[in-house]
Formats: sequence, structure tokens, C-alpha cells
Amino acid sequence: MTGAVAPAGAPASRPRAAVVDYGAGNLVSIDQALTRVGADVSIARDPAGLEGADLLIVPGVGAAAPAMERLASAGLVEPIRAWIATGRPFLGICLGLQLLFEGSDEDGARTLGVIAGRTRRLVDAPTLPHIGWNQVERVRDHALFAGIEPDADFYFVHSYAGVPAGPDAETVTLARTGHGAPFVSAVARANVLGVQFHPERSAADGLRLLGNVVELVRSGALTTSPGALTADSSVAAEPGLTVPA
Amino acid sequence: MLRRRVIPCLDVANGRVVKGTRFVDLVDEGDPPELAERYAAEGADELVFLDISAAPEGRGTLLDIVERTARRAFIPLTVGGGVRSVDDMRDVLRAGADKVSLNTAAVADPGLIAACAARFGRQAVVVAIDARGRGDGSGWEVVVKGGRESTALDVVGWAVRSVELGAGELLVTSIDRDGTRSGYDTDLLRAITGRVEVPVIASGGAAGPADFVAAIRDGGADAVLAASIFHRRIHSIAAVKRAMSEAGLAVRLVPEVAA
Repeated sequence: MTGAVAPAGAPASRPRAAVVDYGAGNLVSIDQALTRVGADVSIARDPAGLEGADLLIVPGVGAAAPAMERLASAGLVEPIRAWIATGRPFLGICLGLQLLFEGSDEDGARTLGVIAGRTRRLVDAPTLPHIGWNQVERVRDHALFAGIEPDADFYFVHSYAGVPAGPDAETVTLARTGHGAPFVSAVARANVLGVQFHPERSAADGLRLLGNVVELVRSGALTTSPGALTADSSVAAEPGLTVPA
Repeated sequence: MLRRRVIPCLDVANGRVVKGTRFVDLVDEGDPPELAERYAAEGADELVFLDISAAPEGRGTLLDIVERTARRAFIPLTVGGGVRSVDDMRDVLRAGADKVSLNTAAVADPGLIAACAARFGRQAVVVAIDARGRGDGSGWEVVVKGGRESTALDVVGWAVRSVELGAGELLVTSIDRDGTRSGYDTDLLRAITGRVEVPVIASGGAAGPADFVAAIRDGGADAVLAASIFHRRIHSIAAVKRAMSEAGLAVRLVPEVAA
């Protein structure tokens, strides 16, 4: 920790990104990519690892149930939920996005329940897993994609994706991608950002996107008051909401 | 629409990229991270590192190279060669690889595929299959140890079994075509792609852009891998992708960079 106290909503010139390490994959790329675009990166393996961070990132690949188990055994489930509920900047990547939903059809896991909806298997996909570069088609403007061409290609590697539900399903959806039936490939709601693709593995456009996240954090634009989340607070407030499919 | 991938393969021995056939007449080709960065800039969609030294004492060197590469090339990296356990795979992923390819060790112990997929997810497990045509034309058999050792396994049967066990992707190399520049074996590819839903990477025999197109169009491959034609700059990645695009295949085109 630097100990420096930044004004509310305006972190230091190099925001500190805490990247959660729960044993799910490659952290080297994300560390390097974030460093390249202007963040100071720390790896968080327990609740203390979140202290002093300006941005929380949950990366990861693989299945939801073991991921939730590892987050739980690290004591990180409630701190992550509290982080989001108090309006601090959050980015979920791949599995880290899927975990924001209420549960996963992949293994029946109950997940964080920050966004209404479930993680479901891709529908009508010609190949599974969906591995490779695919177009991310934005359905609305957001600073996350500033300076990135519409329909730019990003790298995907997954078989499941979150399906937003409820009254906010359309407003949280930021982009879709087609592999069989189109699925939601990016979400944004107040302080919460999520991408199903891997920006840290998506060459120049991926770096640009991560740079946009860092810039949003630096400007304070991603920091919201807890009140801004009331729309979905029913979901966030009730861990037992998940209904098995 | 999902893009067809072009993947340069870097054979690595004792910390250097080598060329030549896989196991003999090795010629030093350069520093792996440096080449990886160059290929990424030229539009490579992924990279494969094949550790052909794969000796236990070389592991530290390999992990160091994987990490240095992951810090320079922001595209996915698959590492193969000498991964024999879940712990080996963990070490390689921790160093910065996104996927690991299993070959000889998976044939010896198919349970390794399931164990690795259970721990890291099937999307991180590539099963590499080296195929040699049976003399009587009755299909292909799996060979291991770089093609030096036969097995009784039928290639298509092993491909299907690998996927059932947890392979998220198959890297299929025709040993008959490897290094011959006579084109990918599209019959072999078709026999496999018709039976599995996971992506198949074609390998072995690429000479020019038309071969890449055929592997996808006729062989049903999702991605194409090549080594020597890129290392020797016979064709640039950009030129190959341009030709694929002109043939109507969806590829990711990147702005041309000065060599």
C-alpha cells in the first residue's frame, strides 16, 4: 500500500489494480497488460489483498463451482460482494464475468448474484469450446470501448456465458457476439464492468480496452455511491436467490 | 463470426527457437520472446511453443521463456512438450501460458487429460495427436515421441476419446506430411472434424496460402498451424491471412507493420 489518500473518486495517477488469484489460470498476461496501460498491479489472495486498491479485477477461466469454492476458502466471496455493493470499480474477465450472475448451469454453482440472470451453455454453437477471435458488437456506447472500432475482434475461450435476466437485462448488456445464437459478451452497470473475452490476450485492442478501464478508474467515473445500485439490490442482498435450472 | 486462426509454431530447444525437422539438423533461429513478439505484430492469432528438448533439467529455462513471452506478446500462448502431470501443467500456466498441449503423456495415461481438464477447465487442455497413415490405407495410427514410436491406437478413435476425457481442442499433425510442404492431409482432418465438436488445429505440410484454405474448407479445421514457412519468411502471416480472406474465409486482419 502506498498510504496516499486520494480525494474520493479520484485515485492516484497510477491506479492500483488488485487482481484476484484463486488458482484459475494465467495471471502473468493480465499483470503485464495492466502495467503496460498504466496501473500498478497487486495480486490478491485474501481479503487483506483488496486494501488500498482502486480497481478490483476477477479474472479466470474454467468452471464456476471450483472457482467459488476457492474464493470461499480464501475468504473473498463477501469482500468481493461488499466491494461491488459499495460502488467501487470492478472488472470481471471471462469466468470473472460469469461469477457476477446468480448461478451457473455448468455445474449448478451458486455464484455472486450481483447481476440478475444465469450462466448458460452457448446455444447452437458450431464448435465448443468457443475458442478464438470473434467480433464484439456493441449495442450501446460506453467509454470501455473508446477508440476501438465497432465490431473489433477479441479473443474468446469459453463454452458458457452469462444471460442477463429481469428488468435490467437490456440496460446491463453492452455488447453481443455471435457463435451460434448471439450471446452477451460485455456488460456494464454503474461501477461494474464485465467482458467474456480476454482483453489481456487481445493484442492492441485489448490493451486499449484495459487502458480505458484504467482511465475510467483514474477519472473517478467508475466510482459510484452505493445508492446507485438500488435497482438490483434485491439480487445482491439475497445470497440464496439462485434457482436451479 | 468466429475467425479462422493462423498459428505459428515455435520449436524450442534449450531456450532457443530452432528450425529444421523436429529432431535433427537443428538450426538456431532466435530468441523465443523476440520471435513471438514479431509474429504477434504480424497478425498471428495465437502462438504454440513446443519444447523439443523436454528434458527435466530444461524445465526452468522453458518456464522462464514462457513468462518472458507472455510479457511481450499479448496473444494466447499454448505450450507443449514434456508436460506429464497436473503439477507440470500448473507450472506452465502459472508462467503465463493459456493452454497446454498433451501428447505422449496423454497416450501413456489418458487419465491425465481428465485430471488436467478437471483442474484447469477443458479450454486449457489441447491434445496433440501425431498421425501416420497405415500402409494399407485403412486410416491412421497414433504415433508418439515425435513420430518415432508406433502405438496401436486408431487416430479417429483416440481423437473422440480425448474429447470425451476433456480435451478442449485437438492439434492434429500429419507425420507423413510434416516438413514435406505437400499440403495438409485434408482427409485426415475431415475424418476427425466430422466426429468431434471441439476446434481442430491442422498441422503438418503447409507450403502456401492455398494449403491453409484447403485445411479449413476441405478439412473442416478451425485453425491452421505452421512453422518453417513463417520462420524462413517464405510467406508472411499477413499474406497468408489476406489470401484466406480473399478465399472467403473469416480471418482477423491487422494493419500491416514494417518488417
